[in-house]
Amino acid sequence: MAITGEIFRQNLTELLEESPSGSPELHVLAVDDSLVDRHVIERLLKVSSCKVTVVESGRRALQYLGLDGETGSLGLDSTKVNLIMTDYSMPGMTGYELLKKIKQESSMFREIPVVIMSSENVLTRIDRCLEEGAEEFLLKPIKLSDVRRLKDFIMKGKVKEVEKKSLKRVRSIDCSPPLSATYSPISLPCDPSPSLLSPLSSKKARL
Amino acid sequence: MDRNQSRRQIAAMKQSLFDQGLLDEQFIQLEELQDDANPNFVEEIVTLHYRDSSRLISSIDQALKERNPLDFNKLDTLMHQFKGSSSSIGAKKVKAECNLFREYCRAGNAEGCMRSFQQLKKEYAALRKKLEAYFQLARQAGPQETACRSK
Repeated sequence: MAITGEIFRQNLTELLEESPSGSPELHVLAVDDSLVDRHVIERLLKVSSCKVTVVESGRRALQYLGLDGETGSLGLDSTKVNLIMTDYSMPGMTGYELLKKIKQESSMFREIPVVIMSSENVLTRIDRCLEEGAEEFLLKPIKLSDVRRLKDFIMKGKVKEVEKKSLKRVRSIDCSPPLSATYSPISLPCDPSPSLLSPLSSKKARL
Repeated sequence: MDRNQSRRQIAAMKQSLFDQGLLDEQFIQLEELQDDANPNFVEEIVTLHYRDSSRLISSIDQALKERNPLDFNKLDTLMHQFKGSSSSIGAKKVKAECNLFREYCRAGNAEGCMRSFQQLKKEYAALRKKLEAYFQLARQAGPQETACRSK
C-alpha cells in the first residue's frame, strides 16, 4: 500500500507543480485585457488554491508559453501550465484566435485545456469555441463555483492519468505471494489485487 | 458609535443598495473572496473599476462629440468595456444603462445614445457616491465587518 501511494504522489507531482506546503497545485494561465477582471480572476484562482499567472493579451500568453516563435523552447519546465482561461473579446488577438493557435500546436501544448470566458451569451460564438476544442465556455462574471468545478474536472483528469501510470508500474513489480496456505505474519510490500484501487480512490477523495 | 451599531448600519446600507437595484449578486461574490489577509479586496476592485470608468467615460464623451457621423462601432466597443467592468463589480443599474446605450448604437440612433449616456453618467455618479460612503463606514468599523470568508 505504501509503495502505490508513493508512486502515485511522484506521478502527480510530475504533472503538477508543488506548492510551498508540498501538495500539488494546479497552475492556471489567465488571459484578459480588463484590469478589473484580471484582478478578480486572480483572486478567484488563489482562493481556490491554484497557482496563477495573469497576462493581458493573447500575444503575451503565447510568449509565456514559449509559443510565439521568438523565445523558442527555453526549458520551460517551470512554466508548466495545467489550464488556460481566456477572455473572448480582446483587442489584437481574440480568445478564439488564441484557442486556435494552441490547438494547432503539434506539441504537448495542444493538450492543455482551454476555457473561454465571455460576458456575451452568443450561441454561434459558444459553438465555434467548443468546436475548436475549448473545454468550456463560461459566462462572465465568473463565480467561485465555476472555478471549483473546473478545478475538480482538471484534477480528475490528472488522477485518471496517474492511476493508469501507477497501475502499470505496480503490476510490473515482482510481488508473488507465498504458495503455502499458512498465513505469514509478515505483510507483503504491495498487493496487485483489485484492492489496489482503494488507496487510489481514497487519494482521489482527498484531492 | 459602538461596534453593533456600526455593523447594523453597514448591513442596512448594503441592503438598501440591493433593494434599490443598484447592486447584484456579483458584489456578494466579491465579498466572499475577502479574508483576514485580504480584508479590503472589494474596495480595491471597485477602485480599479473607477479608474477604468473615468477613462472610458472620457473616451465615450469624446467620441460622442465627433459627430457627422457618429462612429457607432467605436462607441459600442467602448461601452462593451464599460459594461464588463461594471458587471464585474455587480453594478446592476449601471450595467442596464450600458445595455440600453449599446442597443441605441446598434440601431444607429444618435439621439438615443446621447440621452442614455447622460443617464448612465448620473447612475454611475450616484452609485459611486453611495459606495464611497459604504466603504468609508466599513473601514471605520474594522475589517471584521466586510470580511466573509472563514479560515
